[in-house]
Amino acid sequence: MDDIRHMTLAQALAGLRAKRFSSVELTQALLGAMEASQRDIHAFVTIDAEGALAQAAEADRRRAAGEEAPLLGAPIAMKDNMNVAGQPCTASSRILEGYVAPYDATVSARLRAAGAVFLGRTNMDEFALGSTTQTSAFGPTENPVARGCIPGGSSGGSAAAVGGGLALAALGTDTGGSIRQPASHCGIVGLKPTYGRVSRYGVVACASSLDQVGPMTKTVEDAALLMDVIAGHDPLDATTLAAPAPRLAGCWEGMDPARPLAGMTLGLPKEYFGDGLDPEVRALTEAAAKRAEALGAALREVSLPHAGFGIPTYYICMTAEVSANLARFDGVRYGLRVPREEVLGQYLATRAQGFGAETKRRILLGTFVLSSGYYDAYYNRAQKVRTLIRRDFEAAFAGCDLLLAPVTPEPAWPLGVYQDDPIRNYLSDVLTVGANLAGCCAIAIPAGATAAGKPVGLQLLGPALGEATLLRAAHALEPR
Amino acid sequence: MEYEVVIGLETHVQLKTRTKMFCGCATAFGATPNSHVCPVCLGYPGALPTINGEAIRLTVMAGLMLGCRIAPLSRFDRKNYFYPDSAKDYQITQNGAPLCLGGAVRLPAREGEARVIRINHIHLEEDVGKLTHRAGCSGVDFNRAGTPLMEIVSEPDLRSPDEAIAYLTALRECMIYAGVSDCNLEEGNMRSDVNISLRPKGQEAYGVKVEIKNMNTFSGIHAALGYEIARQKAALDAGQAIVQETRRWDPDAGETFSMRTKENAEDYRYFPEPDLPPVLLAQAQIDAWAKDLPEAPAARRERMARDYGIPDYDAGVLAADRALADFFEATAQRCGNGKLASNWVMAEVLALTAKEGRPVQDSALTPQALGDLLRLLEAGTINGPTAKALLPELFAEGGDPKAIVERRGLAQVSDAAAIEAFVDAALADNPKVVADYKAGKQAALGFLVGQVMKRSKGKASPQLAQRLLREKLA
Amino acid sequence: MAGFDIDRVALLARLALTEDERRIFGAQLETIVAYVDRIAGLETAELDATLHGHAEGAPLRADTPTPGLPLEAVLANAPARVDDEIRMPRVVE
Repeated sequence: MDDIRHMTLAQALAGLRAKRFSSVELTQALLGAMEASQRDIHAFVTIDAEGALAQAAEADRRRAAGEEAPLLGAPIAMKDNMNVAGQPCTASSRILEGYVAPYDATVSARLRAAGAVFLGRTNMDEFALGSTTQTSAFGPTENPVARGCIPGGSSGGSAAAVGGGLALAALGTDTGGSIRQPASHCGIVGLKPTYGRVSRYGVVACASSLDQVGPMTKTVEDAALLMDVIAGHDPLDATTLAAPAPRLAGCWEGMDPARPLAGMTLGLPKEYFGDGLDPEVRALTEAAAKRAEALGAALREVSLPHAGFGIPTYYICMTAEVSANLARFDGVRYGLRVPREEVLGQYLATRAQGFGAETKRRILLGTFVLSSGYYDAYYNRAQKVRTLIRRDFEAAFAGCDLLLAPVTPEPAWPLGVYQDDPIRNYLSDVLTVGANLAGCCAIAIPAGATAAGKPVGLQLLGPALGEATLLRAAHALEPR
Repeated sequence: MEYEVVIGLETHVQLKTRTKMFCGCATAFGATPNSHVCPVCLGYPGALPTINGEAIRLTVMAGLMLGCRIAPLSRFDRKNYFYPDSAKDYQITQNGAPLCLGGAVRLPAREGEARVIRINHIHLEEDVGKLTHRAGCSGVDFNRAGTPLMEIVSEPDLRSPDEAIAYLTALRECMIYAGVSDCNLEEGNMRSDVNISLRPKGQEAYGVKVEIKNMNTFSGIHAALGYEIARQKAALDAGQAIVQETRRWDPDAGETFSMRTKENAEDYRYFPEPDLPPVLLAQAQIDAWAKDLPEAPAARRERMARDYGIPDYDAGVLAADRALADFFEATAQRCGNGKLASNWVMAEVLALTAKEGRPVQDSALTPQALGDLLRLLEAGTINGPTAKALLPELFAEGGDPKAIVERRGLAQVSDAAAIEAFVDAALADNPKVVADYKAGKQAALGFLVGQVMKRSKGKASPQLAQRLLREKLA
Repeated sequence: MAGFDIDRVALLARLALTEDERRIFGAQLETIVAYVDRIAGLETAELDATLHGHAEGAPLRADTPTPGLPLEAVLANAPARVDDEIRMPRVVE
């Protein structure tokens, strides 16, 4: 078999179709790599070898019988916050210990229907609350490229699995950068679709008005392949958009190979290139902008005047929703229960033992901003500031097709650093939360590496439902 | 001191939908515990609510019945509190932007002018699960969790326990009428939270109010209000302040008791439900639904009394049940005699429905058939006993009365010559009765008419038989 | 920003905190609240709130029953059961 470490999803599908290898062979090879890497990288919370091999054998049988499906036999890794019927689903939290999903998330069901093989469940920050994967109750994940560093988060396990060659592709979720930031740190592609483009049904909620599921892959083409399976209206998620999802795979075809970005205007938001930006990240981003220009794009400086209010607004909106979304983890119907003689005591003990420190901090903050006497000053005001931020993006997109920016202010930092400084951690989301607050789409693609070899990503942001334009540009700018 | 009683009601009405408010589980009463549940109504990780369009339509119908404004944009909110019967530890309800605003319930006039009780708003929400208290533990059943409830919130316009019951009765009639709810009190389809305060007569400002929660019988509400009025009056007369609190009605003790609140400091932290975009209703949609809106029962009562010339009492009984009123009106129109139709529906048809234990709309009797039967009766084609004898058959099996009468030869005999033979025979066979009659015993005539009817196999015209008997006995 | 009452908030959130957590979280949250308070200076009176990721209205579902979960699956996930119900400590009304 070809080297699975560098195999893309598209290549794997081609190999399966050409019967150069079977799904069982591919799955076995990946399972071997996954298990071998668990002690170092710890990208997975659960590896379902038996289930994956059974699904792979079924895919091989279907293919032998002449059946075809978009992802038939392709092994995919799922973030641990997505329900897959019959598997545990812990969102990397102790409080979901013992819970076995009795149903498929819509994304799981769509992958299943497309013939995918569920390899295993990737590690994450507990309930997606974090940007380092260090808040996982099951221990951190290590960056497979920049060893000794964080992989980013919250979809750090998915990023590490794909970046480390342990999975061909994975799904992640992005509430304030949780797909793009780890993709950037691990040198892969990560797409946060337009809000409402992909169903959230069956995905453990972090912040309902911000969460989106998206692909984490080695190439833009792979991201498009997964989107074509998972995107589109879902009757089970009232927040999915009614408009049909156009096919994205191959949307970059037919462009002038010398000047594929001709006619496209890319805006550079000046607030995203401020003082806090690491010099190497700045240089790599500017080099990418130059490359875009050479490929035919027009560059223009734009302004997002309220960008500086993104983090405060995000941490109010997000924690408010988190505080209510995580109330259901109460030890009554599933998961961890710390038995007590009376109900209040049982709630208090179960949630005290079940949640980690960062989760507790955010629940407390979210409860506070919604509480009587503070609602108007915090929650209500933040919803209005969110309008200002959304309008900033609308105004920017009136004058350009896409925005080009860094993903994170700095490359991956060493594991264990900044753990006791929540605000320092929160600020690493400063360049990514805007897309979530405004509901637009955004992608991280590899832009190169620092002198120390740490991957650095490039972020492209598009208006709502602008995925096709976004992927065309990303396809032109991704490394070959 | 003389006090004025001020009462406001928050009434939860269970909507007549097949599925729950936010998921496709069937609404079921009395099923095996936890057998009508899914990830959504169990609050499983990742599950999301979707809005039952029928619940929206029914609430709009309720709003239109009560003259509410229907909001073109309404929202759902989360009400946050922890309780074992709450699957998500928040309830999805409407706090800031409810579906229906304003409106009123008109109470039937009783001694003087009709009273109008204003509605503040109607909102939609989901019910919680059921807790069963057992020895040493409690059990939770989530079958009921997520059942759609409409909360109708009145203004504090009610002035007595009787008026509160009149309001609830009118409300219930309206909701059953519009097909919004069965309002089955035993199944808890209609539960009220009662707010009550007293103020000195003539004072504008409201007194301190007390809330009595979750009452599902009218008699209980009446008794609880009566108790609370006496309790508050005694306290105020003694110079004591009323504590704003929630109290529980104990029907066995016949008293209300102060309840400890669920949380030390209740703070529900309402905020807009991020999983549900706003409900946008176009006027065209509301207009289309409004086409199915029935006439309000009070208006129908008045119209039927006027149009069919029937007594107010009859109109009231008939209008109280929409299907029965529909049946009556169709019958009256078919036979062309409202009074006759009313008499028959009120007496014969209701007797049959009571005996058979099913409403007329579930029987084989159509208003066309009853109308035709009454036409045959009025035209003298059949007599009353024949008509009455045919009714149970029409109720059970249906059929065309005219065809049945013809086929079985049930038409009454109105030919004097034919009846005369029966009269002569009856007189000849009963000389003693004839003697009694001639001696002045008027009742003997009835017996002789019966004899004629018997000999004619029920088909003789009783009027004609009587006339001929009198002539012969004269 | 007026006092972050950690005890009140923790009780509302049903989180028992250790003495250390109370102290550390209390201090951290004071700092975080002071930080997010920077939106206080913005003029927002005339603005509509953005409550969702997009501006579409909610679709309305048909009132058609769909299958739910089998009772045994529900009880298998429950930490404790009593007959066909989920067992909890006795709830005092």
